[in-house]
Amino acid sequence: MKKKIVNWMAAGIFLALGAAICLPVLMLVSGSLADGQEWMQRTAGYLHDTQEYIGWRWIPDYPTVEHYQRLLFYSPAFFRLFWNSLGMTGGILLGQLVIAVPAAWAFAVYRFRGKNLLFSLYVILMLLPFQVTMLSKYLVLQQAGMINTRWAVVLPAIFSTFPVFLIYRSFAGIPAELLEAARVDGAGELQSFVRVGLPVAQGGILAAMILSFLESWNMMEEPLTFLQDKSLWPLSLYLPEIAMDQAGYACGASVITLTVSLFVFAIFHDALEQGIITSGLKA
Amino acid sequence: MKKIAKRSVRRGGSRGLWFLAPSLLGVGYLVLLPTGDVLRRSFATALSGQWAGLDNYRRVLENEAFRLAVTNTLRFLALSLPLLLFLGLLLALVICRVPRLEHFKAMYLLPMAIPAATVVLVWRLVFSRQGFLNAWLGTHVDFMGESSSLAILVGSYIWKNLGYTMVLWLAGLKAIPAEQTEAARVDGAGRIRCFFQITLPNLKGSAYTITVLSLLNAFKSFREAYLVSGAYPQQDIYLLQHLFQNWYTKLDMDKLAAGAVLMALVLGALSLLLQRLWNTTDAL
Repeated sequence: MKKKIVNWMAAGIFLALGAAICLPVLMLVSGSLADGQEWMQRTAGYLHDTQEYIGWRWIPDYPTVEHYQRLLFYSPAFFRLFWNSLGMTGGILLGQLVIAVPAAWAFAVYRFRGKNLLFSLYVILMLLPFQVTMLSKYLVLQQAGMINTRWAVVLPAIFSTFPVFLIYRSFAGIPAELLEAARVDGAGELQSFVRVGLPVAQGGILAAMILSFLESWNMMEEPLTFLQDKSLWPLSLYLPEIAMDQAGYACGASVITLTVSLFVFAIFHDALEQGIITSGLKA
Repeated sequence: MKKIAKRSVRRGGSRGLWFLAPSLLGVGYLVLLPTGDVLRRSFATALSGQWAGLDNYRRVLENEAFRLAVTNTLRFLALSLPLLLFLGLLLALVICRVPRLEHFKAMYLLPMAIPAATVVLVWRLVFSRQGFLNAWLGTHVDFMGESSSLAILVGSYIWKNLGYTMVLWLAGLKAIPAEQTEAARVDGAGRIRCFFQITLPNLKGSAYTITVLSLLNAFKSFREAYLVSGAYPQQDIYLLQHLFQNWYTKLDMDKLAAGAVLMALVLGALSLLLQRLWNTTDAL
């Protein structure tokens, strides 16, 4: 009986905390439906820096879709940045699939001289914040004439060592017998990779790609540093440009930016959890 | 693991290098090659490029802004990492007790999808002088301009990463063979003793991955701090990343080079230490 009560209480706290964590998203959705006039009233104290508090209503007085209309039909910049984001993110993910997946396979299955050292190096590179590698990246990108082109953002991201680290764990979980069986059947190295490795690790690969997607879709420092031309910017840099006197519009832009992530998230969140699980397991 | 490795050596381990080569070439070209240049710059004067010995390093280490940024970064990590790891584990244990909660994990993962700029919008609404928190308390404190800014930064880091950490711990917990715990329980060990003597030691391998990933994500909190108050925020959240960014903008490349080398060395040492400490079975 006592155990049951404790369980109920724990579940209650878990759910309440989870709901609190989701609250900001609801705030944005609700905020994006309030019209500009209403926002002006709500945020008057903030905008003129007086003592008046920001007002809040979960259900706007006059619900409207004007912000969405403006974003989708009257803001060519928003659209361009949206496609920029989509293009760069797509390029990054595609590149990572081609580069990181085989690299993870090499680390997981083969044994060669200097492997431990190389893998440690990959982990360290993954840990370094952007600001530490900023200078070296800038030097090489400038020399290659890629500053202020999309490549300046896409290329370094493709060779990020983060997906290698994540996918490595899924490959490392493949039982030795499975690979042995494939070899006995006469499968070559490439065939083992395609026929045995990829199917087993697909969950982990998908999860790594989802994390990479979230990362690229929301990236900030890289485009800000390497792209001076604002028409090349991704959507994630459009949001900070909107001032607080257009809070409703900012909420709308946030919701649209978020919606793409949420779609990916809604479709793949089981895969994401599964993939996180394989990457978290001890190899 | 060992077994496969040996077999593949016999079949020609160097073939594995073909799989690694594209990645290695890219990393070499984009990171390792220019690192040589950065190293050279860290020992040279910014303008003339003359050999300056350890001059840049001394100037960086004596720099007040650098000391402030190091202290702040360390304090931020020391506060946020243990708290995140602890809370994540706690929630994972709750799920283990009440398995039905598995269906609601997604609630905790949701913040991962939210862009930094959006987080900042919410911060303004909640923590500004006229924000909800002040309205609730009946005060007019600029929470982002006071030392409370650090708490806000830690809070938003935990808010964003709690779900991810929880799922990672959960994976570790599920991998513990149930027989081990059951046997101990039969032997009369209490819940708490079971936890400390069986559960925790079994989580060592996961702890390595989780710490590395949490550290990686901790550095991403810079985005929120930067977006909400620009290049010079309240001084308690002036992180190393702010400093590096500012050196870059001011074209202080000599200091930036020396600072980057120092930080890379420290992080490298830390990562190796973590590997030694927790990854004892050595996954490779």
